Amino acid sequence: MSIFSLAITVLIGVLFFVLFFHLSNFLLDYFRVKSSKNFSFENSLRVIIFIAPAFIVLFVFIIYPVFETIRLSFYDKVGENFVGLFNYTWAINDPDFKRSIINNLGWLIVVPTLSTFFGLVIANLADRIWWGSIAKSIIFMPMAISFVGAGVIWKFMYDYRGPGDQQIGLLNAIAVALGFEPQAWLTIPVWNNLFLMAIMIWIQTGLALVIFSAALRSIPNETLDAARIDGASELKIFWSIIIPYLEQTILVIWTIITILVLKVFDIIYAMTNGQWQTEVLANLMYDWMFRGGGDSGRGSVLAFCILIGVIPILAWNLYRHKQEQKV
Amino acid sequence: MKKLTFTSVFSQLLLLLFVIAWIVPTFGLFISSLRDKDVLAISGWWTSFTTTEVNEIYRTKGKEDQIKEGDYYFIKSNLFDENQVKEIYRFGITSKNIDEYEVGETALFKDETEITVFENGDYIWKSKEEFKKKKGKRIFVSAKSPPSFTLDNYKEVLLKEGLGQAFLNTFAVALPATLIPLIICSYFAYALTWMKFYGRDLLLATIIASLVVPLQMCLIPVLTIYNDFGALFGVSAKSYPGIWMAHTGFGLASTTFLLWNFLKTLPSEMIEAARVDGATHYDTFIKIVVPLSIPSFASIFILQFLWVWNDLLVGLVFLDKHPSEIILTAKLKELLGSRGENWEILTTGAFVSMTVPLFIFFSLQRYFIRGLVAGSVKG
Repeated sequence: MSIFSLAITVLIGVLFFVLFFHLSNFLLDYFRVKSSKNFSFENSLRVIIFIAPAFIVLFVFIIYPVFETIRLSFYDKVGENFVGLFNYTWAINDPDFKRSIINNLGWLIVVPTLSTFFGLVIANLADRIWWGSIAKSIIFMPMAISFVGAGVIWKFMYDYRGPGDQQIGLLNAIAVALGFEPQAWLTIPVWNNLFLMAIMIWIQTGLALVIFSAALRSIPNETLDAARIDGASELKIFWSIIIPYLEQTILVIWTIITILVLKVFDIIYAMTNGQWQTEVLANLMYDWMFRGGGDSGRGSVLAFCILIGVIPILAWNLYRHKQEQKV
Repeated sequence: MKKLTFTSVFSQLLLLLFVIAWIVPTFGLFISSLRDKDVLAISGWWTSFTTTEVNEIYRTKGKEDQIKEGDYYFIKSNLFDENQVKEIYRFGITSKNIDEYEVGETALFKDETEITVFENGDYIWKSKEEFKKKKGKRIFVSAKSPPSFTLDNYKEVLLKEGLGQAFLNTFAVALPATLIPLIICSYFAYALTWMKFYGRDLLLATIIASLVVPLQMCLIPVLTIYNDFGALFGVSAKSYPGIWMAHTGFGLASTTFLLWNFLKTLPSEMIEAARVDGATHYDTFIKIVVPLSIPSFASIFILQFLWVWNDLLVGLVFLDKHPSEIILTAKLKELLGSRGENWEILTTGAFVSMTVPLFIFFSLQRYFIRGLVAGSVKG
């Protein structure tokens, strides 16, 4: 399609929603002037105009699908015949599923831990150095680019050429310069998962970094100065003042990255597509959505497994929200 | 400036190390996208800043180009293509001894013809008898190639590989998929903050729960709805409006939550005063709330725009892979499969897909960070 027709499509799409709100409110005002008796009726109409579009979208795209997916997990591949727990027993006996669970657990342990750790260390370093904000910008930059783009960047880093040829991937060039054999990093089972996780850590450290820097600024300077005057070392200050102070922030960052990691798809799909034992739940789920015309039963079971992973966080978020509302 | 202590030097070095580790991968990609594709395939990008030495084979011209001067026949030409900037320092005429001669020296072939090769690639091939062969002879050269960069890869990728179209498509997906949720959710968040209605708290709790619901939980049913809808009205299940609404749905919870977080910080006296003066909720929203919310709109716009721009999964499921609909990330993934060894295409394609995010990042970083810090949890 040409730029012109794309622009027209875009314009119509956006205008549709703008006009909906303007026209419906305009009509409501217009009729109110004519018959201004029923005030509460007018008010509830206004509420409906304000929330209906969002609610319909929320219902169609989130609420209904969640329950429908749970229902489909008990049905066959076209979602018509009830099969009980068949899809679940299939999953438990499926080697790819087992591999995915193990890998997802690995991701869940390694990525949030290292991202949070690096973010915290860098935020502390950058806070005290005059070129710290430039450093923060650079480390934060991967947050802006896509997982697929990051995938290409790192696939290039991991590129492998035979032992005799000149390496064009930086990692192998370093390995060769240090006297090791070049490796096809992404095809060495188990370890290749770490090379994929490195990409996610590279991206998410920036997130941890900016949230930590914001939080660090809220630590009162008097506390830090008092500790310094009393002769505490920087390391001691870090462990005894900064870490306890940031406890809540660490928890928040941890949950954000955990949710992201549970759903990790793009990196695996673009880099290995689950080969060489790098399969994860989200990629396996995508695979079953379309493999052999699609199997909605198995796909739903896999999606449900991801949901189970986020339920503790969901519950914790709701609990926190309730506490805040009380205050 | 603080005085230099061991700790401060150590922390500077450590930070520098982090910065280098973080910037090098992207930098390498960028440099590679500017290199000549033949050089890129055989040498690491870090060698591109220095003069490299290469051994290459060229072929001289054949009998058609010969001229007669005096008693001798000559073929005079240049070994290189037009755009090559190389400096020959040795050459040879047999594969066994490829650097037998110094540049400017004259080599003798078996058939008693003589050739002289010069630094810039010019050569003079001299013979007593007329040249009879159509094909020229092979010349082996050792040359120094100075650093050179080119935009050829960008031309190729944007025009021939279809990334230019994908770039436009991504815009056509991302702009409405950012604006529509922003419009819908601003009304929604206003209602959640300032209007009283039955079930408000439940709705808010639903939003908070939806924040973390994984996208995967929604894909299959939504796709089924789209397919049914498409079959019912005889239209394609995969379309631009379809993906806009899908992105609106999946971004609705986070957009609403961020806006609600902002709106509840507005002074309630102001809103109530407006209401007492007889302004409707609609007037209050348009004339008071929207102007005050512009900065937070900007943050949310950037977050959602980048999210949609960088998304792969939703684009794969809800759009066709036709050139008229394919988005950048999907195109890039396709290239990773089909052109896996053509690094000039991959590096350039990846960089093209990163231009818009990087532009937003460097020009609007403050809003981006503000949005993220305000609570970036997304399903």
